[in-house]
Amino acid sequence: MNQSKCRVCREPAIIDLPRHNANFCATHLEQLCRRQVERAVHDHDMLAPGDRILVAVSGGKDSLAVWDLLLELGYRADGLYVGLGIGSYSDVSGEHARAFAAERGQRLETVDLRERYGYDIPTASKASGRVPCSACGLSKRHVFDRAALDGGYDVLVTGHNLDDEAAVLFGNTLRWDIDYLARQLPVLPAAAGFPKKVKPLIRLTERETAAWCIVRGIDYLLDECPMAHGNRHLAYKEALNAVEARSPGAKAAFYHGFVERMAPLLAARDRHDVGGDPDADLLRACTSCGSPTTAEVCAFCRLVDTSSEHDPVPVELVLSKSARRAYHEQLS
Amino acid sequence: MKVVLRNPRRELQLEGPRTVGRLLEELELGREAHLVIRNGTLVPGDARLEHDDVVEVRPVVSGG
Repeated sequence: MNQSKCRVCREPAIIDLPRHNANFCATHLEQLCRRQVERAVHDHDMLAPGDRILVAVSGGKDSLAVWDLLLELGYRADGLYVGLGIGSYSDVSGEHARAFAAERGQRLETVDLRERYGYDIPTASKASGRVPCSACGLSKRHVFDRAALDGGYDVLVTGHNLDDEAAVLFGNTLRWDIDYLARQLPVLPAAAGFPKKVKPLIRLTERETAAWCIVRGIDYLLDECPMAHGNRHLAYKEALNAVEARSPGAKAAFYHGFVERMAPLLAARDRHDVGGDPDADLLRACTSCGSPTTAEVCAFCRLVDTSSEHDPVPVELVLSKSARRAYHEQLS
Repeated sequence: MKVVLRNPRRELQLEGPRTVGRLLEELELGREAHLVIRNGTLVPGDARLEHDDVVEVRPVVSGG
């Protein structure tokens, strides 16, 4: 029998949220999630009624949760799925994204890297010497930006949650990477060659977005990307969760404190041009695709050039020994 | 009780009863990184798991 009760209605709780010092039933967990997204959208001026929204969809819990939440809140939002070619992981992730869109009658555009550009992420990693997550991030950023601009969307939404943002902030702080810290904002305004980008899940942890999906019956991809196995981002999350267990609310205080108190100082530094973003004035159009870049040819087009000429590389060949073992266990 | 773990997927057979919090402690799994589903329904840390329950321990951390 459940012992704890929902803080709101006193019915049996389905989840304990120590950072709120409360337990919630399914109905009031949904209410909490909706309110947290509404507050993030409002506080940071993320979306306006009537905006044409494009959601970057992976088939995982966060991207499907943010798409579902925005539809729930009455926004018009299409999805964009990028086929990364990471073996069976990509095949299954695409199925989850398509099933979600079909069940709700929503539009999902798909860009397959191999079909559109002649490469996939394992091949790009091998051909360019980039770590897989770097090749993947570069590819997704370019495809999402391009699709949002070409499709005439007002804003591009990503499913980054509080844990994602706190982990990135932790990494940037460990390195005191001031330029990355200055750009780690919940909203990046539109600029020449870039769409407006927003992160409506910054007030929800990934435990909460997963719980949202479970109570809403969203069938999301449970497998972890084999190429992310053992990456630094996961280590930062583990460290922050250890702190959170001792001090509930620490992750939210860390990230939201940064956004409220540190980010304005970094923005003021840029306004006064004291060591501001040195690349900002150097941007020009890529001679190949027209995207903003500081070089003659942008990093994405250089990646395409290198990777599309390379023989296709199966995902197993670019995994570490432990990642390969985990991938095979996932397949079995 | 049957306990289903993921990434990689595996099953354990454990004696009941015990609470969700106790189960996670015994498996050395952090509460912040997992949800527990009993017979298809999400349950909080103090929920009691009985001997004949089917329990899924679902990790929630993504590699980003």
